[in-house]
Amino acid sequence: MEEKKQYIAARVARELKDGDVINLGIGLPTLVPSYVDPSVSLILQSENGFVGLKAVADDPEDAPYITNAGGAPAGIEPTGAFFNSADSFTIIRGGHVDTTVLGALQVDEKGNIANWIIPGKIVAGMGGAMDLVVGAKRVIVAMEHTNKGKPKILKKCTLPLTAAGQVNTIITDMAVIEVTPKGLVLTEYNPEYTVEEIQAATEATLIISEDLKEMRVNPRFA
Amino acid sequence: MSKVKRITQSEAAGLFKDGMTIMIGGFMTNGTAERLVDAIVESGAKNLTAICDDAGRPGQGIGKLIDTHQIKTLIASHVGLNKVCGQQYSDGELEIVFTPQGTLAERIRSGGAGLGGFLTPTGVGTVVQEGKQVIEVDGVEYLLEKPLKADVAIIKAYQVDEVGNVRYRGSTRNFNPLMATAADMVIVEADEHVKAGAIGPENVHTPGIYVTHILEGGAN
Repeated sequence: MEEKKQYIAARVARELKDGDVINLGIGLPTLVPSYVDPSVSLILQSENGFVGLKAVADDPEDAPYITNAGGAPAGIEPTGAFFNSADSFTIIRGGHVDTTVLGALQVDEKGNIANWIIPGKIVAGMGGAMDLVVGAKRVIVAMEHTNKGKPKILKKCTLPLTAAGQVNTIITDMAVIEVTPKGLVLTEYNPEYTVEEIQAATEATLIISEDLKEMRVNPRFA
Repeated sequence: MSKVKRITQSEAAGLFKDGMTIMIGGFMTNGTAERLVDAIVESGAKNLTAICDDAGRPGQGIGKLIDTHQIKTLIASHVGLNKVCGQQYSDGELEIVFTPQGTLAERIRSGGAGLGGFLTPTGVGTVVQEGKQVIEVDGVEYLLEKPLKADVAIIKAYQVDEVGNVRYRGSTRNFNPLMATAADMVIVEADEHVKAGAIGPENVHTPGIYVTHILEGGAN
């Protein structure tokens, strides 16, 4: 399980470009920075009100005053900036975030995503996810391909949606899939699986890219 | 002469009444005025509508008011860190109006800014759309989201001066400056109390004109 998450994070890291403004969801996406090549400098946006998120505060006196969007202690880069929640969502909703990486319970072939509630079971709330997937220029879903063997990439989401038609790319432990107007295109596969096995673990029908490649992942840098 | 009143915690407790709508600043308790939450507990005020980013944690921040069952309706974006809140919601004891975080912030901003609401693409095609007007502008669908206002807002400052000017520190700013504009009574709790003007006009995040009360006493 943990190994799969690290593998997914190591593949997601290759998608992020130098100078990008990035928002990472809680959980798996927070593993991504460890796999980003040190030559690639990212600006991390924290939805609770700053850019320049880093793991720990430089000055211990700042520690009680800075948390990440998961409520855990964090720090800020010297080039960062704090702002209020309306400004934070001006950045998010206004298209000033290049890429958001977030987990999902379900994704479907129309690029719909469900990741905020399982009625009657998990009551967490959407937090900033609905704004993020609508506002970010690119939405990458990073998740395990199945839920203990049960497909999460569906023809149509059955759980309440976070947003309709906003997902661009799905990166899992088995594959990289692009959401296109024609449907889901399999562009990369983990060589530990065959294309048939990947299709069998996916409810939606995959269109095989003419340029299908093996998945390559970054080493761990930090 | 500044109209801002200085009050003790027990005087603050006297300001909270049954059925009030209260805005509580902070994000997962980072930037929540804990002594003012204690004052709400002390007041015993019931059937409150609380507007807050989240539900805090059990025994911490707004979570203290969930523990005491003082909140009837919570307008928030997520409650994942507070199991007590999830349980009260599942038991039907607590109503939660789940609101996307950006929409929540902008609804409060609209309330403070005298606007009739705003149009957002967030929530289109989801349950958030239910019961709301959908307005198309230049071919794009938006939801009409209405403003939020409150009877009281409780604000956590890093510094407050004698006329109520506030400076925040770090990520504790979050919803605090927005809520300070959108309530009839605005009570500030601060780590540090400084002389009038000591923050400096360039560094004031919430102008003192919004503030009605300052809680005496600083950081523990």
